[in-house]
Parts: sequence; structure tokens; C-alpha cells
Amino acid sequence: MDATDSKLQVFPRLVPAGDSAILIELGAEIDVAINDSVYALVEQIKRANLRGVSEFIPTYRSLLVNYDPLVTSFRVLFEQLTVILENQVVGEKIVFNPVVIELPVVYGGEAGPDIQNVADHAGLTIEQVVDIHSSVDYRVYMIGFAPGFPYLGGLDSRIATPRLKTPRILIPAGSVGIAESQTGVYPNESPGGWQIIGRTVTKLFDISSHTPSKITPGSRVRFVPVTSHE
Amino acid sequence: MNNGSIRIVDPGPLTLIQDQGRAGFQSLGVSVSGAVDIDSMLLGNRLVGNSSDRAGLEVMIGGLSLEFNKQTIFALTGANTYATLDGVLLGTNVSYVAHTGSLLELGMATDGLRSYISIAGGIDVPKTLGSRSTHVASQIGGVMGRKLESGDVLNLGESDKFARSGLSQNFTTDLNLTSLAIRVVLGPQDNLFSDIGIHTFLESEYTITEQSNRQGLRLDGPVIESKSGVYDIISDAVVNGSVQIPGDGMPIVLLADRQTTGGYAKIATVASVDLPILGQVKPGMELSFVSISVEEAQDALNQKMKLLAGTPIVDVVEDTAFFVNGSQTNIGVSENDGAELVSIDGAVYPVSVEEIHPAI
Repeated sequence: MDATDSKLQVFPRLVPAGDSAILIELGAEIDVAINDSVYALVEQIKRANLRGVSEFIPTYRSLLVNYDPLVTSFRVLFEQLTVILENQVVGEKIVFNPVVIELPVVYGGEAGPDIQNVADHAGLTIEQVVDIHSSVDYRVYMIGFAPGFPYLGGLDSRIATPRLKTPRILIPAGSVGIAESQTGVYPNESPGGWQIIGRTVTKLFDISSHTPSKITPGSRVRFVPVTSHE
Repeated sequence: MNNGSIRIVDPGPLTLIQDQGRAGFQSLGVSVSGAVDIDSMLLGNRLVGNSSDRAGLEVMIGGLSLEFNKQTIFALTGANTYATLDGVLLGTNVSYVAHTGSLLELGMATDGLRSYISIAGGIDVPKTLGSRSTHVASQIGGVMGRKLESGDVLNLGESDKFARSGLSQNFTTDLNLTSLAIRVVLGPQDNLFSDIGIHTFLESEYTITEQSNRQGLRLDGPVIESKSGVYDIISDAVVNGSVQIPGDGMPIVLLADRQTTGGYAKIATVASVDLPILGQVKPGMELSFVSISVEEAQDALNQKMKLLAGTPIVDVVEDTAFFVNGSQTNIGVSENDGAELVSIDGAVYPVSVEEIHPAI
């Protein structure tokens, strides 16, 4: 028994997360194909329309299925989910067409006070940082931490930058930041330690809407440089 | 239609509007929140004739005072608190009549931590994402996503019926606790912990620390050993009652205001049947954990919910028929938690009794 245990595990792994949820782990690493299969599985389970299932929380490499134990039971749902997983044809190409969400971003200046830090750390010009950051479709691996906060993957390692030594008390909503090899957008005003390189005026999270989050799990995000938000 | 309102005179340290929570948006990072002691809120709603989705007030430690701006029915459930209506002592788990202008005052909670005030019709703030629950960290729900302040006026919803005051005798929670054995289902990441670590978790007493709140209970006690010395996982979803073990080896039990995802391994999950009592425990108290199967956890929850849904709201007192001005009126007197009360045709009024000496 050592640290390699997780690599010896057999996936998918279905386990109870208490008496009202089942966790389905599809892998033990951050991986594009595994993450795709998480979102494909959400669709498959939704289609099966299982009694008592109330909510899904997809993450990097697992899916939490919440259910009402007064309506169904662990035994019943475990069987149903096992059947769905077993019926997946081995090697079948997962059909998963992500939505691409374009976010206009003003880079640098007041909107991105730390862009010079990122450029200095990378040994690049600000223009090169903007070009590199805006030339990728970022994968939304999952949403967590705060309402609408996307965990994005795909940042070019050339512009990966450590967090600020002293976190800011208040980062404006829409701020686009970099922290190590992650990039992301703060949907709401928040404290935070990310290097802020720009800002979008697109409202990312609107609590008055029943589809409150502009960025959804499994979608892609593309940052489009603009000179102003007029 | 005007259903009346209440005015917060003094919110005490922390009073929040809560209901059953904001489920359905966790995949977008929205915390469920809701009443931590959900049993007490459900019981309160039953006592005032509300459906279970109505919002009430969750009062931490007491200290709240509020004024009723219309005659209505209300009930106090949860923590034991020295509470009065217009200076007259109230019992818990009874629904009383409050009059226009009546002042409800809560002292400090004695047994338990959180009191719930349920009012016929419920607190009628606008719903946000399907719920009225307040989540302060993300500023969602309640009144502008914040705790209540002096001077807040809260509209009431339309009451489903004029509630018959009553007392639940079958469903009570013992709050006079010094230590608790909390039932858990091991997992989902118990496989990352050594046998010694699991043994430590299940055989030790853990003390609730001051750093506990609606988001979670932080515990202090023997260090729980992981297999590889690593406690971090690739962030995944958490649930109400997830027991996370961060790098210091000390458990954190996540509660209503938890974030939706986390990066610490979860050794176990508290059985739903035992979650409400975690809303009533205080810093300094000791907890231990007992492992049960998922099936046992679901059976226990089913039994409790049947008891709660089916608990008869019985008449508080044996009443007697009197003829008052030619019509029959049922009148009774009783006592609950040391509080005196009078029922007139099923409606219960708090009363104070004093001996008077007639003039000679």
C-alpha cells in the first residue's frame, strides 16, 4: 500500500457519498478524455431519467449523483448506474460537442494591473502575453469554489505565473487572472490572489436568471481581446 | 393582499432567513445553504400550518427581538431559549397567537445553538434561484444576501390556514448534550486512509472548535493518518456532512453553507438522520463517529421522516367546554417548559399567572 494505489484502482468506481449521493470516479488524474467522459456520462444518466435522481455535480474526473433516499435507495440506484456504465461500448468514441463561449476582454491597464508581472515572469512583451492567452479555447473542467467560477484548463505554460504574494482584498467582477498553470474569471467581486491581466464586462453570473451562469460545465471559453468595452 | 409583516428590533449576533435550501444549482458552484437543523425548521412549519418549503428565521445563540405587525401564529423550535412574548414566558415546540404590536424576545440559548422562528405564511422575501435561503458568502438570498439588521421589515406570506396551535409530543430532539456519537457512512475516499487512520477516526473523541460555523465544524483531536501522507485529491464534489481530512489530519464536517467542491480527501459522510443535531452543537463539545452501512443510514432517515411528517400536532391542553355569552367555547390551561398557556378554541396564548389579593 503506497502512493501508487490510486493508479492501481479500477475505474469506473461507484461508491456511496453518504446516504443521498453516489460518487462515480472515472479516473485519478486531470485528463481531457476523462473529463469528456464525465460530461458524456451526465447526458447518458439524464436520458435514463432515473427515479429519485435530483442533481449532478460533474468535476475533473468524477461525477456526483445526488438523489432523494426517500424516493429511491442506494441499492436500486447503484444497480441502475452500473447498467448504464456497463452498456458503454468499450472504445466507443464519446460524442461530446462543447459550447464555445466568447468573452471580450480588455487586457492590461486598470482592467489588468498584473499583466506586467506576467510579462516579466515570462520574459515576454505584454502584447505577446495577450496573444498567447487569447489564442486558446479553454476547457471548463468544472465549476466550483463560488457561483459560476470556472476551473479552466489549457493555459500555455509560457505564461504560467505564481500567485500574488499578498492577495487582494477585492477583485472586481469579470476579472481575468492567472495562478500558476490555471487561468480563470472571477464571476463576482471577491478577494483573491491571482495575477489579474484583464477584465470582461460580460455578466457571468446573474442570480435573477434560471440559467444564471454564462459559463457552463463542460463548455469552452475563448477570450477575445478588445480595446474597450464601449 | 396584505399578509402583514414583522419588524426586526434587534437581530442578535446572527439571524438569517432560511428555508430547505437552494438545491439544483450546485453544478454551477451555488451553495445549497438552508436551515442547518432542518428538523426544527420542518417541525416549526408544521406547528404553524405551513407547507415545508416556507422560510423562517434561524437565530444563532438567541438575542433576537422582533415585533409582529399583524395578528398571526408563530412557533419557536430548536435550541432552548428563554423567550417571551410581551414579557410572558414561552415554551418551545408550541404554536402561539401573537397580536399586532406583540414583541417577541429571545434571551441567550441555553441548550442547543440555533432557534427557529416559524410564522404562519412564512417569511416572504423574493426567491433567488428557487429558494429564500441566505448564503452570506456569495450574497445570495434572504435580504440582499446578508444577515438581518435592526429595522428590517419582512413581509409574511399568505398563511395556508389559520393554524391550530398545538404541541408535538412524538418528535423532540434532546439538546442537553455533552457528547454525541454521530453516525457516518465511510467514504467516498476512505481508501486513501490507512487502517490506523480509520481506527483513529472511529475510536477517538473530537472537540468542536471555535472556528465552526454554518459552512462546517472544525474538529480537534488525534491526527488521522492517510496511507501516503497525502490528503489532497483532485477537487471533486462534496455533500452535506462530508467529513474532509485536510493536511493537518483534523476532520472538518461540512454543513449547509459548504462550497460545492473541495480538494481534501473525504474519509466519511455523516448520515442525513444525524445532520440536524450538528446544527445545535457548540464549540467545546465532543463528538465521536460510528460507522454504519448506507442501508442502515437510509432506514434510519426513512423512519425519522415518517415520524416527523406524521407527528400529530396535538392539542396542548385538555380543554373544557364552557358557555360564554350563550355560545360554546373550549378553554384549557397548561404548562410547557415552565411556561403557562391558555387555549381558547384551539388557539394558544401565553399567559402569566400571579396571585392577587382582593381588596377587603
